[in-house]
Amino acid sequence: MPVYIGKRLLVAIPTLLIISIFVFSLQKLLPGDPVLAMAGEDRDPATIEMLREKYHLNEPVVTQYVRWVGGILVGDFGVSLRTNQPVLELIGQKLPVTVQLAVMAMIFALLIGIPTGILAAVYKNRTLDYISNLIALSGLSVPNFWLGIMLILLVSVNLGWLPASGYESIFVDPVRSIKTMIMPAFVLSTALAAQLMRHTRSAMLGVLSSDYIRTARAKGLSPRQVILSHSFRNALLPIVTLSALLFGELLAGAVLTEQIFTIPGFGKLTVDAVFTRDYAVVQGIVMCTAIGFILMNLIADVLYALLNPRLRASL
Amino acid sequence: MSDAPILSVKNLTTSFLVDGRWKSVVRGVSFDVRQGETVAIVGESGSGKSVTSLSIMRLLAPMSSRIEGEIILNGRDLTKLTDKQMREIRGNEASMIFQEPMTSLNPIFTIGRQISEVLTRHKGMSKTDARAETVRLLEKVRIPNASSRFDEYPHQFSGGMRQRVMIAMALASKPKLLIADEPTTALDVTIQGQILDLIKILQEEEGMSVLFITHDMGVVAEIADRTIVMFRGEQVETGPTEDIFNRGQHPYTRALLSAVPKLGSMQNHKWPTRFPIVDMKTGTAEEPIEISGTVVAEKAPVLKVKNLVTRFPIHSGLLSRQTGAVHAVEDISFDLFQGETLSLVGESGCGKSTTGRSIMRLVQPTSGEILLDGHDVLKLQPAELRSMRKSVQMIFQDPFSSLNPRMSVGTAISEPFIKHKLGTAKQAKEKTADLLEKVGLSADMASRYPHEFSGGQRQRIAIARALALDPKVIVADESVSALDVSIKAQVCNLLLDLQQSLNLAFLFISHDMAVVERVSHRVAVMYLGEIVEIGPRAAVFENPQHPYTKKLMSAVPVPDPARRGIRRGITNDELRSPVRKLDYRPPVRQYRQVSEGHLVQVA
Repeated sequence: MPVYIGKRLLVAIPTLLIISIFVFSLQKLLPGDPVLAMAGEDRDPATIEMLREKYHLNEPVVTQYVRWVGGILVGDFGVSLRTNQPVLELIGQKLPVTVQLAVMAMIFALLIGIPTGILAAVYKNRTLDYISNLIALSGLSVPNFWLGIMLILLVSVNLGWLPASGYESIFVDPVRSIKTMIMPAFVLSTALAAQLMRHTRSAMLGVLSSDYIRTARAKGLSPRQVILSHSFRNALLPIVTLSALLFGELLAGAVLTEQIFTIPGFGKLTVDAVFTRDYAVVQGIVMCTAIGFILMNLIADVLYALLNPRLRASL
Repeated sequence: MSDAPILSVKNLTTSFLVDGRWKSVVRGVSFDVRQGETVAIVGESGSGKSVTSLSIMRLLAPMSSRIEGEIILNGRDLTKLTDKQMREIRGNEASMIFQEPMTSLNPIFTIGRQISEVLTRHKGMSKTDARAETVRLLEKVRIPNASSRFDEYPHQFSGGMRQRVMIAMALASKPKLLIADEPTTALDVTIQGQILDLIKILQEEEGMSVLFITHDMGVVAEIADRTIVMFRGEQVETGPTEDIFNRGQHPYTRALLSAVPKLGSMQNHKWPTRFPIVDMKTGTAEEPIEISGTVVAEKAPVLKVKNLVTRFPIHSGLLSRQTGAVHAVEDISFDLFQGETLSLVGESGCGKSTTGRSIMRLVQPTSGEILLDGHDVLKLQPAELRSMRKSVQMIFQDPFSSLNPRMSVGTAISEPFIKHKLGTAKQAKEKTADLLEKVGLSADMASRYPHEFSGGQRQRIAIARALALDPKVIVADESVSALDVSIKAQVCNLLLDLQQSLNLAFLFISHDMAVVERVSHRVAVMYLGEIVEIGPRAAVFENPQHPYTKKLMSAVPVPDPARRGIRRGITNDELRSPVRKLDYRPPVRQYRQVSEGHLVQVA
């Protein structure tokens, strides 16, 4: 197992390098100059020159790239061109917010998606299946901003059950923190739940029609044992992979949802950085997201192998 | 054996809901299975034999199927039980084993858990008791090192061993009735022999009744006390197995039996012999005709294979270094003459299919020489390779997956002709029509699509497609193995007729010894990638020399009930694997000449 993980991490290095080159050059190719944005209204040539010097923007592109990558290797993602804060610190501030949101959204998605998927498969082409499909389709097609606003109207404004917006750190006031996150996490989870439901349904359908499920039924096992133990554990394999990838996506932040519920997460940081041409921050965010994705992929593969005895032996 | 029936099926009719309408697939089937008795239901695909067995266990989808009639097991009518009561019966009073041992076990649970589940479920045993009992069961089905294999997963077992696990699972609760649905069909013939013997012995030990579903008359003759013949959902004949085989009344029974290739039936024939086709309505058989004089041995062989070696590397470890190789084909040589059929026989993994593919260069051989019609196949450039493939064509096993479902039959047949620029579109059309007639279909079927044809018809289409380029050699890779007996007989006859009229050479790859005996001029027996015995058909079949050839032949079930009760002795040797370490140097083999052209490997 450690060998396998080590091997996978080694393979991740070229992937990250390619991403870093891509991110770096994309930024250089974009129109707009951050120094002009920083230099203020009068665009004093001396100030501009000073700023270029300070941020090494007058050096050759390759040198800039090497400097940047070298920094990352020692944990230095540079400083924000706008606020002068270290990028890592900025990210460090926003990450817990986004992780909390992502974890809660994922829990909702799993709790909604998997049971409805199983029910839809077991009751294939019957009323329950149609209802599940309808819910899934709505989950995918209702836009998050609309659902968010409607929820705020109903739950916060009319019923007053949950706060409408804001953020509280889970370490300061856990109850309030979770309360504020419930609605945004639910809104975020709808599309994921729908995808999970569709995947669970098709995976379960495949398993339910397999020979070994017929064997399980021929043994006289109860429907509960057949469905939950014999079928679901097999259907879980593709679901685990999908869930890990979806979670990776969540970690990249949710721009719209964070905007509606005014949550200071990754999504908001990204949008702000892009608008102010804060290269260092954007690069840092993209690299962190990429690392997150690679880690989630690795976790998915390890889980997959752990669940599958055939692969477990080869680890 | 007592007279009281354990299972009594009365007027069973099973229907499926198809497009909103009930369509009956089993109609009015009635039979009894007495204690300790083995009853076989035999029939071809679509005869309803499996549906009958699934109906008894009520394992069909409840929403889309309907069972009428009575199924009385031990005095209780199963059709009247609630689902919960039925679950008490399944795996307890009646249990079932299935055809596909590779897929019938749950891949993520240990085999020990899957067997002991039956014991904890039905016998209320504790986990530890169930474990001990499971080990005893594994020993009973002769799985070596039973206690250490308890915690292994299905993928760590071979097909034959998995079927033993299935049997152990089925016997766990000491059922009164065992339903075996084609339990040996997917197994190699020597493994099939082991499993049949095992079922017979366990049946005697436990005194249970067996309902055996099969399409194989040889298996029926070997195992069944009484036999039910089914045809298109109806029971056409029922009786003691001897009567069915020797005095079958119904024309279908007779047609089925005459189509069954019977090992040893060719002793008085010099040449490949057509199967006598029996008229389904009248039951009268035509004369079996020998096809003589097709082999042109004077001219140079149309295909000459010398020292062919094909290996597949195995990589593993951190850096994916090559750690070994599958020695799929190891130093084989043979000639094939115009108009001749050379059969390659052997069990799974013996390299017979790889040999066929190597000759077509569908896989790249490691070394050796293949001379096809004067071309050195292994030295050809891609363009020449394409034109070489005109002279050798292949027919595959599965007629359902080897035809493109989106391509009309006519397009499929004419495609090779057009792609090789052998003529105009009009000529291609004429050629297609001609080929369709040749393979016994009609020219106007060219515009239809594969799904409109039955399995046998599709295999005819595949044959027509292979003939489109006027090849000299046809590699028939298990081409009749997936077909029902009566269809198999017809397709074999077609191949024999085509050989006669077109002077084709066949490399006939098959695991079915009886078919091979019927159609071949010469036979090569393959084992672990090597030819262990090669010679004229009569010499190999009547005077087998190599121990493996003998073992293979004695394992084939012979459709003759008089031989019932023979035991091969349950060995549980497995098929060996041709995977070798990197430093393995294959020994140079010595052959001994038994008679003219009959060679056997001696060391």
